[in-house]
Amino acid sequence: MLADTVRSFLEATVEMDSVREASLARGAIHRPAWEGLAELGVVGLHIPEAYGGAGYSFVETAIVFEELGRRVVPLPLLSCVLASAAILAAGTESQKARYLPPIASGGCIASLAVFESAHDLSPLATRAVPDGDGWRLSGTKRYVTDASRAEAFVVAATTGDGVGLFFVQAGADGVTVTPTPSLDATRPLGEVALDGALVSEDAYLGGAANGEALRSALDAGVVALAQEQAGGAQRCLEISVEHAKSRFQFGRAIGSFQAVKHMCADMLVAVEHAKSAAWHAARTLEDPEESPIAVPLAKSVCSDAYVYVAGEMIQILGGLGFTWEHDAHLYFKRAKSNSLLLGSVDSHRDRLSDAIGI
Amino acid sequence: MSEPRDEAGEVGRALDTLLGTYPPGTTEPKEFWGAQFDAGLAWVDFPPGEGGLGVSPSLNELVSRRLGDADAPTWNRTANILGIGMGAGVLAAHGTREQRRRWLRPMFTMEEIWCQMFSEPGAGSDVASLATRAVRDGDEWIVNGQKTWTTLAHLATWGLLVTRTDPDQPKHRGMTYFVVDMRAEGVDVRPLHQITGEAEFNEVFFDDVRIPDDQRIDDVGAGWRVVMTTLMNERVAIGGRTVPRNSGMIGVAMETWNESGSGDVGTRRELARLWGEVEAMRLTTLRAAENMRTGVPGPEGATAKLAWASLNKEVTSFTVSMLGLEGALIPEGYTLEPTTYDTREVERVMSPQRAFLRARANSIEGGTSEIMRNILGERVLGLPGEPRVDKDLPWKDVPRG
Repeated sequence: MLADTVRSFLEATVEMDSVREASLARGAIHRPAWEGLAELGVVGLHIPEAYGGAGYSFVETAIVFEELGRRVVPLPLLSCVLASAAILAAGTESQKARYLPPIASGGCIASLAVFESAHDLSPLATRAVPDGDGWRLSGTKRYVTDASRAEAFVVAATTGDGVGLFFVQAGADGVTVTPTPSLDATRPLGEVALDGALVSEDAYLGGAANGEALRSALDAGVVALAQEQAGGAQRCLEISVEHAKSRFQFGRAIGSFQAVKHMCADMLVAVEHAKSAAWHAARTLEDPEESPIAVPLAKSVCSDAYVYVAGEMIQILGGLGFTWEHDAHLYFKRAKSNSLLLGSVDSHRDRLSDAIGI
Repeated sequence: MSEPRDEAGEVGRALDTLLGTYPPGTTEPKEFWGAQFDAGLAWVDFPPGEGGLGVSPSLNELVSRRLGDADAPTWNRTANILGIGMGAGVLAAHGTREQRRRWLRPMFTMEEIWCQMFSEPGAGSDVASLATRAVRDGDEWIVNGQKTWTTLAHLATWGLLVTRTDPDQPKHRGMTYFVVDMRAEGVDVRPLHQITGEAEFNEVFFDDVRIPDDQRIDDVGAGWRVVMTTLMNERVAIGGRTVPRNSGMIGVAMETWNESGSGDVGTRRELARLWGEVEAMRLTTLRAAENMRTGVPGPEGATAKLAWASLNKEVTSFTVSMLGLEGALIPEGYTLEPTTYDTREVERVMSPQRAFLRARANSIEGGTSEIMRNILGERVLGLPGEPRVDKDLPWKDVPRG
């Protein structure tokens, strides 16, 4: 039901040509799609009703991401999910009541500013130092999704007492946002420089241990991303099969040649495995026993599957798949970029190894 | 409006009664299986009286989970896999009520072992080109020819046999399917020694073997249809079983890693990658089982067979590599022994080295991986078939060799 609604909305609203155009404008968002989805209540699906959301489990959000993945739409939903999940996990009642409703309605685009180095999470160099009634933040966050369109960030910084999460307005003094040309221009990344930016005491999310809250926000992001990867991979398979049926060479549809047919069959297996891993992670996200296995499993299986399937798609499409005019590159770039976001595949394999006891 | 039937509740209650009356710890396996069959818990989707309860096949999953939890004997499914995994599905879809009542129960209790005879020296991937002839003689058929790669033929009471009955028809049309008594006069079973030295498989020769017509399955000339059912069941039986996490060779790989004491990051990540692939495959079979409504496996069973074959080869090869030079030894040695299928053998754990060798068959037996990819490409994804030179020619005019 939800999947059908979102799919038909996106098919009616998002021309693939407009995705390609949007990808040329750095930091672009597909406005009609974003506003329409916000109106459908999709942005706040996982946010409790008390904070302006719909109060569903994460499975519903996962369904939406599978559909979004099919069309590589430039939308800041992943950023909003990451930021809102962090606030949900770390905020006090009053902070959640203040910060979440604008995100749930789609009115405030927020993102999570955590990564600094290209290779790992810790130790964070960004520091938060108490200053009068508030905190002063210094450091540079990189690879922040949708940075140049975000109106607010949840920033991870070292407080001297571990990791602290801070709600920071993009327009605040001492905050400079610089877009960075991104491999996947439909999900642009940027830098957020904090040069002694002063935030109030209330910006420090003080409801729970922030390090754990950050982990759970990232895990929610990984699950959303895994669904997007499964949906994208499924679409790449469909594009490949459609082409293999309609492209004729040597007097035959190229899909009748085993060399091409067998590629499609192997892609099908990878897609089915990705869907299974992604769904399992979505269903068990709240299960403390299973999610330490299911989350890194989903990230590693879905990343490999999407990169592989998107690459094979270009090969099946031949020269056509190498052109800017065809959609293939949008998926291929999204696939590679996704595999690098929110922790590398190797880092997730290491987490998985710990969780399964090897 | 009648009350909707509470199928899960019905199966649950039948399981409670079975496990209560026949505690697995103190009941002989044969007796337990007989009771399981009589309770309709052998294949819950089969009709009552034929090992089932006439409920949704998705509930078979519940049965295997509950029996697993209760430590009940379930190795009949592996030990008599050609019967329970394939023959039963064939009898359900194509057999008569009399045939099902005669064969299903002793099959399930392992009193009668089954084998399957499709492949021939001249008919491997192209099974439909097979040449074993059956000629009608009154109420009987007379069979002559040779089958090969027949698992369990040396222990079997019954065999599933497909024959050529009309050589003038194109190859797919002139076949007829039988159940043959493996102890009948004229049946000669000879072991076929394989890469591990064992003989799991056999060659079977038919010399004027007589089969009563009431052991024919489905119509004369309808053999290919029955073959397709058998093969789809086979793919599910080989690749599509829902198994617990860490079972099979990936569990052996994990133990091997942990016992090695190695701290090599690359090896650990590769093991985690393989673990993830195996787990994603396992989750896919679980998802397929949940979605299975009809009880008749579809062509998507080929996904599981294809994935399992390549992963099992990878995992076993990787495990032998983790053993270092120890991997250059084979603890069992090579002895040319026929495989026996009593409990001990079924539950036997092979050495990783032997499993590594055995795994080479995974992408050949039960349909090669190339054939699986054709099935997925053509029957699941809808891609066009290869041009066929033999499709409309009478079988007798098709070149062979």
